[in-house]
Amino acid sequence: MSRGKWRLRAAQLALSPTWLTVVLVYLGTMAWTVTLSFTNSRLLPNWDFVGLAQYARLFGTAKWTLALQNLVVFGVLYVAGCLVLGFLLAAALDRRVRFESAFRTLFLYPYAMSFVVTGLIWQWLMNPTLGLQPTVQDWGWAGFRFDWVTSRTMALYAVVLAGIWQGAGLVMVLALAGMRGIDAEQWRAARIDGIPVWRVYLSIILPQLGPALAAAATLLSMGVIKTYDLVIALTKGGPGSATEVPAKFIMDNMFQRQNLGLATAAAVVLLLSVIAIVVPFRYAAYIMAKRRAGAL
Amino acid sequence: MSSALLQSGPAPRKITIGRIGLYAFLLSMVVFFALPLFVMVITSLKTPEEIRMARIFALPAGLNFSAWAEAWSGACAGTACNGVEAGFWNSVKITVPAVALSVTLGALNGYALSFWRPRGGKILFALLMAGALVPYQIFLYPMVRVLAGLSLYNTLPGIVLVHVLFGLPLVTLLFRNYFVTLPIELFKAARIDGAGFWRIFGEIMLPMSVPMIVVAAMLQFTGIWNDFLLGLVFAGPDNLPMTVQLNNIVNTTTGTRQYNVDMAATMLTALVPLAIYFLSGRWFVRGIAAGAVKG
Repeated sequence: MSRGKWRLRAAQLALSPTWLTVVLVYLGTMAWTVTLSFTNSRLLPNWDFVGLAQYARLFGTAKWTLALQNLVVFGVLYVAGCLVLGFLLAAALDRRVRFESAFRTLFLYPYAMSFVVTGLIWQWLMNPTLGLQPTVQDWGWAGFRFDWVTSRTMALYAVVLAGIWQGAGLVMVLALAGMRGIDAEQWRAARIDGIPVWRVYLSIILPQLGPALAAAATLLSMGVIKTYDLVIALTKGGPGSATEVPAKFIMDNMFQRQNLGLATAAAVVLLLSVIAIVVPFRYAAYIMAKRRAGAL
Repeated sequence: MSSALLQSGPAPRKITIGRIGLYAFLLSMVVFFALPLFVMVITSLKTPEEIRMARIFALPAGLNFSAWAEAWSGACAGTACNGVEAGFWNSVKITVPAVALSVTLGALNGYALSFWRPRGGKILFALLMAGALVPYQIFLYPMVRVLAGLSLYNTLPGIVLVHVLFGLPLVTLLFRNYFVTLPIELFKAARIDGAGFWRIFGEIMLPMSVPMIVVAAMLQFTGIWNDFLLGLVFAGPDNLPMTVQLNNIVNTTTGTRQYNVDMAATMLTALVPLAIYFLSGRWFVRGIAAGAVKG
């Protein structure tokens, strides 16, 4: 055997734990879960295949459809909120403000903290008898309400608010890095043409931040689908099922309610929704890269 | 990335309405972002009587750290009253080996994939990246069964292994993206000198990748420390990480809730990632920027 070949063997050897992980852990467990979703397994898995019955049952379960609705509402508001607020923060910091790094540090620190901590902090702020609400009412604004976590209609927005607080800093960092990479010539040209600053950010800077913001949006969307700890810590899914989310539905049915078939079917639906989110993003990026290559 | 954070906007003019509006916006954002942390700290220093007065912004009467002491070693989750201390040490015992292992494997993967280009490497990398996008719920039940079969379920090595397996995509991505920026001539020269796979890795690539090792370790450390779901499912009652214990203390307490103790326990849990963030700000930013730009 030649030395070159032997060295390549070393590379293959080094990658073997990762191959094992991908094949056994990622693909293997995925196949296992998909298979289970076609059975009528309850507490323990069985191989009694029932076709798509679990999926039919899943979409006949009011709690699941509610969880999906909540996920869509939460996801759209959370991602949009993080993107808008993060972009505004980045644009503001791009204006050569004093103490920029102090501002930046302050806007990003929530991102370092866990969702559990984030949820518990906001649960405290929104505590209707001891939190912000009685304090502000005490100041004389008697009609002030900030009891979102205990309100059926507002609890989902409480989760959105806490999520934006945690995640907006990430968008700010990525957007600011993108803004700093933009050619100063464009600013000079815009100033000569007398274009107002806000217009420059909206029409000239924002389109150029596409890739950075798309990366942020993908990252945040992945977080949306995984949303579990934030809800558990902030509202425990309540009041009632007002903040039920798919990840929590799956966990409950998998480990507490002994509905393994139903839970795995739900997990597969969640996977399909990830694919539905990621594929268009990746496809758009691919098309754009191709176009750019063609334009050159 | 961080070098790109240089000032590039136009020079500021004199004080204008726009400037005032800009600072007003920034200050209101300071309030929005800082207030929760401020409220959490002052609440943790209050006595239960002060909390019952329902003035969330009122400063505590004095620096009373008794709630912190109780949160550390006496707060109750259900019937167990041991505070978050055990959880803290569990988190340390989970996080440190998981970070060390996953960063080592990630560096090795990145090096093998970028310089050696073994057969199937591209497929492996693509599968790994796809695996990072899959929601954990797909993996959970089979993983529980497999780990139970290996007698690793509800053990410390088990939860460490789970973190390593699911951390691989991110660390591999970071190191592959880092190594492809290094000049290939360096690698070729070492090979001409007769150095093999492991020697080039140990003597050239690892020393050159110290900045990326720091970034990856920090990113993994905060990520694993902040994990809740995997710890809840795989760690077992004796090894529950701090996040799970914190949630148990705050959200399953029966009887009178001690909000000052709850907030102190929350602070204690946030302390490690916050310390990492405040001490290493620029590196942290570099890490999330590098991790966000998927290859």
